[in-house]
Amino acid sequence: MKKLLLFALAAMFVFAGCSQKPKEEAKPAEQAPAAEAAAPAATGDVIKIGVAGAHSGDLASYGLPSVKAAEFVVKDINDKGGLLGKKVELVVVDDVCKPEVAVSSANKLVSEHVVAVLGHICSGATKAAMGTYLAAKIPVMSPSATSPELTKSGEYPNFFRTIAPDDSQARLEIDYITNVLKLKKIAIIHDKGDYGKGLAEFAKGFAEADKKLDIVLYEGITPGAVDYSAIVQKIKQSGAEVVLYGGYHPEAAKIVTLLAKKKLNVKFVSDDGVKDDTFIKVAGHYAEGVYATGPKDVSKNPLAIEATKKHKDAYGEDPGAFYLNAYTAMLAITNAIEKAGSTDYDKLTNALRTEDVETPIGKIKFDEKGDAIGAEFSVYQVQNGAYVEVK
Amino acid sequence: MIAQEIIKSLKAAIWFMFLTFPIMVIKVNTVYKTIEWRWMNMVFIGVGVFVGSFVWRWLLERKDKPSAKKESISTRTQAYLAENPISKRALQGALLVALLFFPMFMDAYQINIFTVALMYIVLGLGLNIVVGLAGLLDLGYVAFYAVGAYTYALLNTTFGMSFWIVLPIGGALAAIFGILLGFPVLRLRGDYLAIVTLGFGEIIRLVLENWNDFSHGPSGIAGIDKPNFFGLELNLNQMTDGVYYMMVVFTIITIFFVGRLQNSRIGRAWLALREDEIACQAMGIGRTRTKLMAFALGATWAGLMGVVFAAKTSFINPASFTFLESAIILSIVVLGGMGSIPGVILGALIMILLPEYMRTFSEYRMLVFGGAMVVMMVFRPQGLVSNFRRKYSFHGVDERLGG
Amino acid sequence: MDYFLELFLGGLTRGSIYALIALGYTMVYGIVQLINFAHGEIYMIGAFTALIVASVLTIFGLNSAAILVIATAAAIVYSSAYGYTVEKIAYKPLRNAPRLSPLISAIGMSIFLQNYVLLAQTSDFLPFPRLIPEFAFMEPVSHIFSSAELVIVVTTMVVMVLLTVFIKFTNIGKAMRATAQDKTMALLIGIDVDRVISVTFIIGSSLAALGGVLIANHIGQINFYIGFIAGIKAFTAAVLGGIGSIPGAVLGALILGWTESFATGYVSSDYEDVFAFALLVLILIFRPAGLLGKSETKKV
Repeated sequence: MKKLLLFALAAMFVFAGCSQKPKEEAKPAEQAPAAEAAAPAATGDVIKIGVAGAHSGDLASYGLPSVKAAEFVVKDINDKGGLLGKKVELVVVDDVCKPEVAVSSANKLVSEHVVAVLGHICSGATKAAMGTYLAAKIPVMSPSATSPELTKSGEYPNFFRTIAPDDSQARLEIDYITNVLKLKKIAIIHDKGDYGKGLAEFAKGFAEADKKLDIVLYEGITPGAVDYSAIVQKIKQSGAEVVLYGGYHPEAAKIVTLLAKKKLNVKFVSDDGVKDDTFIKVAGHYAEGVYATGPKDVSKNPLAIEATKKHKDAYGEDPGAFYLNAYTAMLAITNAIEKAGSTDYDKLTNALRTEDVETPIGKIKFDEKGDAIGAEFSVYQVQNGAYVEVK
Repeated sequence: MIAQEIIKSLKAAIWFMFLTFPIMVIKVNTVYKTIEWRWMNMVFIGVGVFVGSFVWRWLLERKDKPSAKKESISTRTQAYLAENPISKRALQGALLVALLFFPMFMDAYQINIFTVALMYIVLGLGLNIVVGLAGLLDLGYVAFYAVGAYTYALLNTTFGMSFWIVLPIGGALAAIFGILLGFPVLRLRGDYLAIVTLGFGEIIRLVLENWNDFSHGPSGIAGIDKPNFFGLELNLNQMTDGVYYMMVVFTIITIFFVGRLQNSRIGRAWLALREDEIACQAMGIGRTRTKLMAFALGATWAGLMGVVFAAKTSFINPASFTFLESAIILSIVVLGGMGSIPGVILGALIMILLPEYMRTFSEYRMLVFGGAMVVMMVFRPQGLVSNFRRKYSFHGVDERLGG
Repeated sequence: MDYFLELFLGGLTRGSIYALIALGYTMVYGIVQLINFAHGEIYMIGAFTALIVASVLTIFGLNSAAILVIATAAAIVYSSAYGYTVEKIAYKPLRNAPRLSPLISAIGMSIFLQNYVLLAQTSDFLPFPRLIPEFAFMEPVSHIFSSAELVIVVTTMVVMVLLTVFIKFTNIGKAMRATAQDKTMALLIGIDVDRVISVTFIIGSSLAALGGVLIANHIGQINFYIGFIAGIKAFTAAVLGGIGSIPGAVLGALILGWTESFATGYVSSDYEDVFAFALLVLILIFRPAGLLGKSETKKV
């Protein structure tokens, strides 16, 4: 009896891993130098593509649509006979948008021998995971990580994205306020998050450099707080004519509602995180007149219509955030594999940079740094309960 | 008798069907103004609860039944080990060998999550000093972890200082923060202490989030160097192994240190302070010094792990240092059994490996995790491994072995 | 001066919401010495129930006054039921366990309930219907103090008075005070302690539900995560005022609301929460048992 117990205790430590992994698979992973880690996948009879992002937790609604998009694209390809004569298989991992979890997820994908990764969703998680992918030579394409650093710093040569970086969005917003709205006193508010605060910092930098705008307030709010009336009073006190908000729609809706209730007559300009139909539904008629930047209108693009229709047919509702960007990314990755005729890292990245591909957001390819040429932003305004592109 | 039991279960089933009705059954789409009635869910709940309540009552009954064998597995194993040094050495040796050869059979992913589990073992042992030994409920332990992580991130990215130099600095800085927190809260007891430490943890996180010039704000710090092992050029897999072995060494040192600490002068003082503060002071144990020592030592381990964490992920941002993280570390300590080293180890393995291997449950992961925490506490409130106090008795040996 | 008044009223509203949730914390703590981490989730479930019921009724075409009453009632009933059940499952078996065990059980419960709502409903923010009408007499001042804010403040005041009366004069209220003072003694003189604890959880949960409905109506949207921050803040408020004390919870909540409001208004909202927690630490240094808490002299 006692010996059995001892044995059980000792086994406990080893058990967790052993039961998980067949031995024949473990060995090559151990011996394979990192550079070759991506190669074995091509020798199998499937091509594995990773999908990483937040699929649970409070940011799940930004990550789950990309999984659905990837599933649709892969289903299409497999129905048509697959890629390079092989079936495509998805490996989906959840990173909860946390850097440390993202590293584990990346390791998981590398050990599964994926040839490319769709993801991650959040910029922070993406940055943390990139080192692992770079060492394993796996190209990564994010539908939603907009931190400019990811492409502009040059530290992540294997990174691509199908969304424009934050600074171009901030640039557009500031230009719009200066040249089209012709306002002067601006209050910049952000949600202290990676995305929102990053954008606000850029907007502030541009406004200061231009010397045309007068920043009367620059502050962060706490997402999820029960009430924002104090900051709204402060905006009122500052005499701002326009509020530029960096962040996501839940807080924006609260602020817009309060601004209207407190009878403040200021314009509200925000970003892609707010250019979401949920914002209009939540803020109701208070949303009227709000400006938001977002990827240029694709509602007439046949591929976008098709992609959206697939989602509606399958789930009975409109797709969520970054769905089309993820769809685009998946098309771009699979197209590049096909054009390159291989899953080799160099050929694959070269194909991504040289081959044009038709996608829901238009015809794109990627520049040296990994930003999509052809993914641009334009300004929208809420008119009669819908976002309308304004020129 | 059986009829009664069935009625009880029926009642429970009906109650839960009522309870979960609005949230499980109705799904309203406020935008399209449509209602979806999911009656099947109600059936599942009804059947599930009916069956579950039998199991629940049976387990509760079993738990309440006082039996001689209740001193069960963990206690007996510990007692046996304490009295048979050879088996103890053998077990330790076997575990060590298992740990050393582990990476040979596993891929990078497995090694990586095991490294994380080892880090949480060390964090748990550190917090165990404060909560388990000294009895000070600390809900802001993650603050010290953050101090360590940012110390390395900043010193490395701005001055290029190496991992091994910053490691002691991170630990020392965290200890200083521990004392800084310790001073104002010395007079507080129990749950007042809990909320103040929680607040302290939040303050540190908020400052890191807002003070851009210092900490790069929410976008975090990227490109932190991995640790350097004797100047070797390592590829990714070798680096994963390297960090793993480093953590094995770290864990062993920590276990050794904390084990010694427990039976030292200061360790006894903590236990005494935990049990009765006034009597303790009467006996001439300095309350201030003892408590601060606990805070400082606990914080040191968190600081060291913070440095390792920053080096391992090579990217940090304030999102990694939320209250939930403190709660998880605290759960490790309590779940495993407060004050017990094997308990903390077991707790860390469960809390970290469980959600990781439950990835197959995907979105149900956190639901199961939360539920498991409740269930484990209800059925083993003293923790999985109850603290075994070394007794120096002579005659008890045979009796205990007799069972 | 206008600015000051606006911030003052904003802080008052915020404080009132904290107070409704903090009352539940403080009552439960007073009786069983447990930080009920799942309390924020009870508040969230109240808000969700109200949202679901209100949406269904809207589709059936009831008028808004009826919807308001029915949705609020449903929220209160269901939150109480959840509070009661949570206590029976997660805390009652742990009544004689080591002090930290119920705390972990509570944290687990909080994670469980959050994910339960996330899975059964949605991760998105849902728009909450505006149930409280704009009163005509509030029109002239509505730019600084809206009708919904007035309802929040008045409700909190009324609830606090009712609660005080309840605890002072009813039998079960007296039993609650007795149990809070000495559980064993209460048991000896024939008080059904289990029942008292259940009632405490039910009342605390009802108040949280009320808070949930009011704040959801005020800010217009909810998701499964709203309970977390509100719960932490309310807990802070309860400790600030002296945990276990009912007027203390309200005072603590109001002070917290004002601190945050004025900190945002006169300093910066970047450090709003830092001010709140720093104030807490300061007050506890000088009054270790909170503002209105009784500092126990420990008998040897």
